[in-house]
Amino acid sequence: MDLAAIFQAAFALVVGLDPAFLAIVSLSLQVTLTAVLIAGLVGLPLGAALALARFRGRSVVIVVLNALMGLPPVVAGLMVFLALSRSGPLGSLGLLFSPSAMIVAQVILVLPIVIALTRQTVEDLWIEYRDHLRSVGLDGARAIPTLLFDGRFALATALLAGFGRASAEVGAVLIVGGNIAGYTRTMTTTITLETSKGDLPLALGLGLVLIALTLAINAVAFGASRIGARYAG
Amino acid sequence: MTMTMTRRLALSAGFCAALTGFALAQTTTAPPPATSAPAVAGDRFITVSSTTSTQDSGLFGHILPLFKARTGIDVRVVSQGTGQALDTGRRGDADVVFVHARAQEVKFVEDGFGLERKPVMYNDFVLIGPKSDPAGVAGTKDIAAALVKIQEKGAPFVSRGDKSGTHAAELDLWKVANVDLAAKKGAWYREIGQGMGAALNSAGAMGAYVLADRGTWISFKNRGDLTIAVEGDRRLFNQYGVIAVNPARHPHVKINDGQAFVNWLTGPEGQKAIADYRIDGQQLFFANAAQAGA
Repeated sequence: MDLAAIFQAAFALVVGLDPAFLAIVSLSLQVTLTAVLIAGLVGLPLGAALALARFRGRSVVIVVLNALMGLPPVVAGLMVFLALSRSGPLGSLGLLFSPSAMIVAQVILVLPIVIALTRQTVEDLWIEYRDHLRSVGLDGARAIPTLLFDGRFALATALLAGFGRASAEVGAVLIVGGNIAGYTRTMTTTITLETSKGDLPLALGLGLVLIALTLAINAVAFGASRIGARYAG
Repeated sequence: MTMTMTRRLALSAGFCAALTGFALAQTTTAPPPATSAPAVAGDRFITVSSTTSTQDSGLFGHILPLFKARTGIDVRVVSQGTGQALDTGRRGDADVVFVHARAQEVKFVEDGFGLERKPVMYNDFVLIGPKSDPAGVAGTKDIAAALVKIQEKGAPFVSRGDKSGTHAAELDLWKVANVDLAAKKGAWYREIGQGMGAALNSAGAMGAYVLADRGTWISFKNRGDLTIAVEGDRRLFNQYGVIAVNPARHPHVKINDGQAFVNWLTGPEGQKAIADYRIDGQQLFFANAAQAGA
């Protein structure tokens, strides 16, 4: 297999603007961005709370969360599959083999990353600015918004790490989504399918497009944080 | 679409919040998600669990648009090995199963998970091998003799090893050949536990023999050094069957639309669509719903 065929396949995908291909890209982005958004809304405040809270077993929670950053996607997928299957506890929702199920699985993968990295960032900031924040009357939960704001650039990186994990994984979305054409087929599951069909140039071409998309999203985030840093001083 | 996305978001958020609440705040019970609305409303669809061969060969891409045009029903295909596809039906996660392992299909119906098994189409298995032909079986017609030779010479052989229909057929053929795999298994016999396409990729990379359904082989693009070694043995026959999942067992299954798909597939229109599917002029599947006992 030659390199030219791979780039040709990638180029044809992008230039051709095939509606089926665009639908796959759009679904991948919808699922992953939604998962990151939910994980951010839930994980940022939780991570900050964990940074400030002191309770018995806190170290255990931190270690477990750090370990969950390495949860194998296929295990997360299997858990969601068993929960959402018609024979499972949440089967009556009829969510298996749907984009919603894929979002749920990816949230489970992204959430530990967001919580663990937020906890670390906010805890470092808290140690540094504790006295100052307390002197202006911000203590405990009331310090969280300020700390999250001050750590926003590091936290953006945490969200990007979560995005990277979710957009690159195939094990979970394949199990809970079922790789249904035009409905739950994402970029990574398409790559898996094309590989199994022996169309390796197309599979690698898709891989190139996925890498390019990830690059673009990271570039946008980086640019935004640069601009933000300039205006926020 | 926006409506769907919003609802999807709300539903996922509710579910995740419940999960998080359960895991992190250590509340005693996680509340069930507030809404019980289906993820997608309005669309008429059924879920069919089927095999990797029907998907990888491109058959569904050809026939499903025709079915949709006739009935307005979307068919969502989850393709898995036959064993897993039947499991999906058993769990109630599919409305129809479309597979190729007769004994397992009959059992599925006998156990009450499916209504009636109907024959749909057939093709045949072929033994694929490297052009160098280390076992010296190329061009022969006796699959049993070929397998015996492969085992005797210890030539590499890739097995699906995934309880698929093709895997079941392969195991049956070893029995027909009187090769006791449990005793003779060695480094030459490589179970990869993956789909048909992946097995062909592996065989190509390892210079190994592999049993494949002809449909997947014809549509397979990464043949490299592989070619057909043995074909044309009557025992390489490969029958596909379709079964609607029993609503008595799983009341939520869409029995009307599922039955419509079964009827279409085994009726004149579906049978013609199957027979019409060709790649490079070669017919991949042969419709035989009318054949008694198939």
